[in-house]
Amino acid sequence: MDVDPTTPLLYVLSDDLALNGPKFGCGLGQCGACTVIMKGEAIRSCITPVKSVEGAEITTLEGIGTTEKLHPLQQAFIEEQAAQCGFCVNGVIMTAKAFLDKNPKASDQEIQQALSGVLCRCFTHVRMMRAIYRVRDGHGKEVAREAAAK
Amino acid sequence: MSKQPELMHNPTLTEEAAAALSRAGFSRRAFLFGTGALVVSFSMHGALETAAAQQNLFAGGTAGSPPLNELDSWIAIGADGAVTAYTGKSELGQGISTAQIQLVAEELCVPFERVKLIYSDTALTPDQGITSGSQSHPTNFNEKNLALAGATAREALIELASMRLGVAKDELVAMDGAVRGKSDASKKVSYGELVGGKKFELKLDPNAKRKPASEWTVLGTPARRPDLPAVVTGQFEFVHNVRLPGMLHGRVVRPPAVGAKVMSVDESSVQGIPGVVKVVVKNDFVGVVAEKPWQAIQAANKLKVNWSAGTGMPSHADFYNYLRTQQPVRDTLLVNSKDVDEKLGRAATVVKATYYYPNQMHGSMGTSCAVADVQGEKATLYSPTQGVWPVRNSTAILLGLKPENVHVIFKRGSGCYGLNAADTVTYDAALLSQAVGKPVRVQLSRKDEMAWGENYGFAFVMDERAGLDAQGNIIAWDHESWSANKGNRPGYTRPGNVITGELAGFAPEPFEARSPAPEPRAYTNNSNGVPSYVTGTVAGKAEGSGKVKAERSLTHNIPSPLFTAPLRSPARLQNTFAHESFMDELAARAKADPVEFRLRHLSDERLIAVVKAAAELANWETRPSPKQQTRRTGVVSGRGFSCVAYEGENGWAAMVADVEVNQDNGKVTVKRIFFSNDSGPISNPDGLRNQIEGGALQGMSRALGEEVTWDNEKVTSVDWQTYHSLPLGIEVPEFKVKLINRPDERATGAGETSITIVAAAIANAIFDATGARIRQAPFTSQRVKAALSESLSKA
Repeated sequence: MDVDPTTPLLYVLSDDLALNGPKFGCGLGQCGACTVIMKGEAIRSCITPVKSVEGAEITTLEGIGTTEKLHPLQQAFIEEQAAQCGFCVNGVIMTAKAFLDKNPKASDQEIQQALSGVLCRCFTHVRMMRAIYRVRDGHGKEVAREAAAK
Repeated sequence: MSKQPELMHNPTLTEEAAAALSRAGFSRRAFLFGTGALVVSFSMHGALETAAAQQNLFAGGTAGSPPLNELDSWIAIGADGAVTAYTGKSELGQGISTAQIQLVAEELCVPFERVKLIYSDTALTPDQGITSGSQSHPTNFNEKNLALAGATAREALIELASMRLGVAKDELVAMDGAVRGKSDASKKVSYGELVGGKKFELKLDPNAKRKPASEWTVLGTPARRPDLPAVVTGQFEFVHNVRLPGMLHGRVVRPPAVGAKVMSVDESSVQGIPGVVKVVVKNDFVGVVAEKPWQAIQAANKLKVNWSAGTGMPSHADFYNYLRTQQPVRDTLLVNSKDVDEKLGRAATVVKATYYYPNQMHGSMGTSCAVADVQGEKATLYSPTQGVWPVRNSTAILLGLKPENVHVIFKRGSGCYGLNAADTVTYDAALLSQAVGKPVRVQLSRKDEMAWGENYGFAFVMDERAGLDAQGNIIAWDHESWSANKGNRPGYTRPGNVITGELAGFAPEPFEARSPAPEPRAYTNNSNGVPSYVTGTVAGKAEGSGKVKAERSLTHNIPSPLFTAPLRSPARLQNTFAHESFMDELAARAKADPVEFRLRHLSDERLIAVVKAAAELANWETRPSPKQQTRRTGVVSGRGFSCVAYEGENGWAAMVADVEVNQDNGKVTVKRIFFSNDSGPISNPDGLRNQIEGGALQGMSRALGEEVTWDNEKVTSVDWQTYHSLPLGIEVPEFKVKLINRPDERATGAGETSITIVAAAIANAIFDATGARIRQAPFTSQRVKAALSESLSKA
């Protein structure tokens, strides 16, 4: 792909690659709407120059699940009807995914801390946090089941 | 026979709409009752309606809109029996599309999944004005518009089936997309067979009978939002994701100071930047168009514009005093019993307080975006606007086109909560596209969204004054407020009501001074300027929700230095913050329990019911505030109450907030919210809960941290560090919500009840916890600490 190397990753994803998942919220790394996952870390694609991620594998919201095969977080967001306008959902799910992948047994407070830099202006906080806790609890059960199986 | 709806001639369907129609086997050019006896039969309905009744029921609708009184404007049934419904009330994230699908499914007796809803496209959908003001539920769920269309269609289908089957209408029933005999189920004909993708050619029948709530199977049950699977997987197409062939990217260059004018633009300053297509200047509107978004951003940053000095801003620190002292003013009296001063003169106790509420932002999560394709005399706009028909006409004025040549297609933006920058960015894209003759996408920068894009919520100063008799009963209540306005929603004719229109040379609606205020002639409490506890008596008729007879509510408006417009619960939230805080102050003065004191002064049964329900939900302990505390340091807790009859009669709500106040650093944490709500018949209980939860937390963020700031020339709230929104990672309060269902009442608003009462409930809880009264929003740590110090020095 031929792009200006100073272009923030977000513009490449949403304009050149025509992806709808990552979104421009602030362009300042303050709201989370543009979050993607690189090497297991949630990064803010709006302030990440594309040259800095050359050759890296980037996962967007589209890449973690589909409507036919939903990621557990996507499933939980539907179960909890955890959205209003839905614009922030990318940042919430991708941030939560990167965190839960590393911290499957995180406490409520730790999850809150992980989401302290993510905004939802419709304030769907009650449902979104419930959805994330639900997945965390599911993870916990899976771990317990695996342990029991051994 | 009725006039053929305009939309049938319009070839410009959105792809989505065309696909939906085609899937349903429906041709917009096919006619059901083209010739023959059926036409006569159905035309009888129209003949029975008086012209006056028609006018009354179906007033509204721009020229060119599918007529609001024609069934085909609202509902189409395909050859396969699939139902397509058309509405002017958009899905902004509030869940109204889901509820509207439920409504159509219910009235037409088809499963939820068989209804396709198309909203807000000027080529397809009727003009229902703006999706705002908690008006979608009352507008489309009562005995008119979409609800009446559903009922009319069902009755028409039964009538058609009666003729087809040779069975009397009252022997037939509509069920699961078919009409069948009540006693003989073998007599059956499907909607597809009856209508077969043709038009109804009928007027809405004001006598068509809605299905009673007792028979509902789809409405009244929690329906899931059909858009969420696409939203959570990144497949949903927001306006930000509209991509047209050959689309360019625009960026606006706004003034550096309020009122600054373009002196000159140096186009050579962007020469050599790759991809730059054009620099566009129209009066004080400046923008650049480039091939890629990042190129447009760089060009906009480098473009040298020579601006004149701005017109200056009044001091932010002294703004409330500015509001109070400017002349001339526009005065309005909502109630005036003319005996307030006399009653106050005879009161055992007179209580006075002043409350302050700042300009706040819609502060949408995503900056506003639109895509315009203006080619010669025609324009197509993809816009997140709340009103496609108003934007069609106002953009036509802006561009010098004929309204019928402008096609506006709503595409969901980031949640708007009122007039954010949706309309202004639509104008930005339209102006830039017109200048280059190609499709242009514009998404604002965060700074332009916040400082040079949106119309802010109103700042208010509110004086409250009341008299108590010797028993502590309120005998007179006086409310006086000051606020400032500039611009508004553009409506059909005023592009200058938002910033891009003004920059391009159009004036905002003029300020018309009027003082003194004329005496009120009809009662309205649309702004909640009248407190709930007075009788609301105008022309001898008491229409308020309370018992206090001596009453006055007077408002003063002045021109605002900044653009303003409705922000979720506009003026109602501000007034209610003052009324409900003051009611708490009066209860404390009377040494009465705040709930008991409210009930003592209320007459409206629905308001009384939500007050009792919230108190019960919270296990409210009857006692006066403040709580007896001895601790003057550390964390203390308290509870606060608040309630409203939204706009007087458009939703009833009450809540209890349990808060903790850290007396050392002034930090306020809301621990629990107990909420009761009455919006009439509940259409989608889960959607309603979502609105209540979101509204309450948005209200909490506005009460605790949100305030637009400025220096002497420009707004300084330009990002999420300078405008404070509570993030997702807060400790979310525990919620308990009691929904009061009133299936036999009219549907009322549900989107703004909760946000309206939060600020007062929190302020009252802070008082209960600490004895300190906070009268200025937002309740920042510094302000809470200051209130604590003041309270201590008085004690």
